[in-house]
Amino acid sequence: MSKFKLIIFIVSLVPAIWLTVALLTNQLGANPIEAITRETGLWALRFLWLTLLITPLRWITGWNSLMTIRRMLGLYVFFYAVLHMLMYLWLDQFFDINEIIKDIIKRPFITIGFFTFTSLIPLVLTSNNAMVKRLGGKKWKKLHRLTYFIAVASSIHFYMLVKQDKAEPLFYIALLIVLLGVRIYRHYQRNALTIRTVVS
Amino acid sequence: MLIRKKRLGEVAASDITDYQTYLNRRQFLNGAAVAVSASMLPLSMAHAESEPVPTFKDLIKSQYSTEEKLNTFEEITTYNNFYEFATNKTYPAQMATKFPDKSKPWRVVIDGECDKPGEYDYDDLIRPFSLEERIYNFRCVEGWSMVIPWVGFPLADLIKRAQPNSRAKFVEFTTLYDPEQMPGQKRAVLDWPYTEGLRMDEAMNPLTLLSVGLYGQELLGQNGAPIRLVVPWKYGFKSIKSIVHIRFVESLPVSAWMKAGPKEYGFYSNVNPNVDHPRWSQSRERRIGEFLKRKTEMYNGYGEQVAHLYTGMDLTKNF
Repeated sequence: MSKFKLIIFIVSLVPAIWLTVALLTNQLGANPIEAITRETGLWALRFLWLTLLITPLRWITGWNSLMTIRRMLGLYVFFYAVLHMLMYLWLDQFFDINEIIKDIIKRPFITIGFFTFTSLIPLVLTSNNAMVKRLGGKKWKKLHRLTYFIAVASSIHFYMLVKQDKAEPLFYIALLIVLLGVRIYRHYQRNALTIRTVVS
Repeated sequence: MLIRKKRLGEVAASDITDYQTYLNRRQFLNGAAVAVSASMLPLSMAHAESEPVPTFKDLIKSQYSTEEKLNTFEEITTYNNFYEFATNKTYPAQMATKFPDKSKPWRVVIDGECDKPGEYDYDDLIRPFSLEERIYNFRCVEGWSMVIPWVGFPLADLIKRAQPNSRAKFVEFTTLYDPEQMPGQKRAVLDWPYTEGLRMDEAMNPLTLLSVGLYGQELLGQNGAPIRLVVPWKYGFKSIKSIVHIRFVESLPVSAWMKAGPKEYGFYSNVNPNVDHPRWSQSRERRIGEFLKRKTEMYNGYGEQVAHLYTGMDLTKNF
């Protein structure tokens, strides 16, 4: 592992370490379970936004080695999402399968959260080099476009669960619009460029 | 999990957590908190130190008190929904340390359909009433709960003095509107000022309390100082804080939360494990300080005193 990757690996663990220390030293307030559920969900979302930042950042800086950390950031999305999901399954529902199924069917924000989480699984399973080779670059790329769906779905999940003050989810939605917007803009610009080249 | 339950009327006075006991416990907790924060000074959060507040003495012990284990003073005063200060639950305690501004008199207007309207200074308002300690369950619409030793007097006592007339069918309450003191009001999260309402018979029910303190001390800003409502069988948002206006009205008052989400928050908002919030279940709750969730009880366990108020009503429609 390069030094750069190692640093990113350790920095990405900081939220988890901070949450553990805060829990053990009683700094998560009167309802630590709610605090951990909220924080792990938020960090999964933040890491997802970071993975989406890599490609535009590479366009701007031309720094190709950024790609080497994208997979790790993606796996951290899954790491925090697993913690978030575990908090729900264990401390909200106490692994009561019937209650969980009822909840997933009945509550739209839980339904969306559940499908968002399960959509991460194929991406994690195909994240190593061997799988990229087996699938072939084109197919792999297509499958990993699922990331865009996951980003949109997790925004909706966040927006729906907030009781009244929607400022925080709207902030992340605005960032996502920028992250997806630059891709759309570049796509059309490139197409226009190709057409012009062909015409001339 | 073991939930000890006793019919409310049967609680022997000797069973109720003694006032001195929790004062002692409070002192112990203070000592412990100091010791803990000193031992890990770099890690501890900035603690909002409040000035020592006068303590209420000779409180009447109420037969309506629950004997469940109290939440700590720390829990009750650091985990608060008070959108007038902030929309998360930890900031109000930090932002309301100087609330209410002691240099401004706290005035409460009582008017509307009554024979004895008036405007009172806080001290004059509460002087005629004998204060009680009432240990109530408090259930938030978000699915958490606490047990809180309130200090206050029955709203019914105040209503009797105001002498509402025959047109008074409801009581409407209003929170202070002062964005300088309550910075959360600078954002239109709710339609300020916060308002709430009760039907006259709900307001006259002996459980309905006007609270001025908790744990034997004056209310802190984040808990709704200097005077707030406590309606223990309804979701917490009905227990409006920092009241400046009590009005007797003929038609059903539309509360701030009814305006914000008419499909999610109804006028009654009685605690009911069988009627879910449209977005989440109300069947269980997390008692602050406990690991496992517990079942939510109909009318928050106060059915014996209040179920008769709603006989024949469709509680799914009148949520």
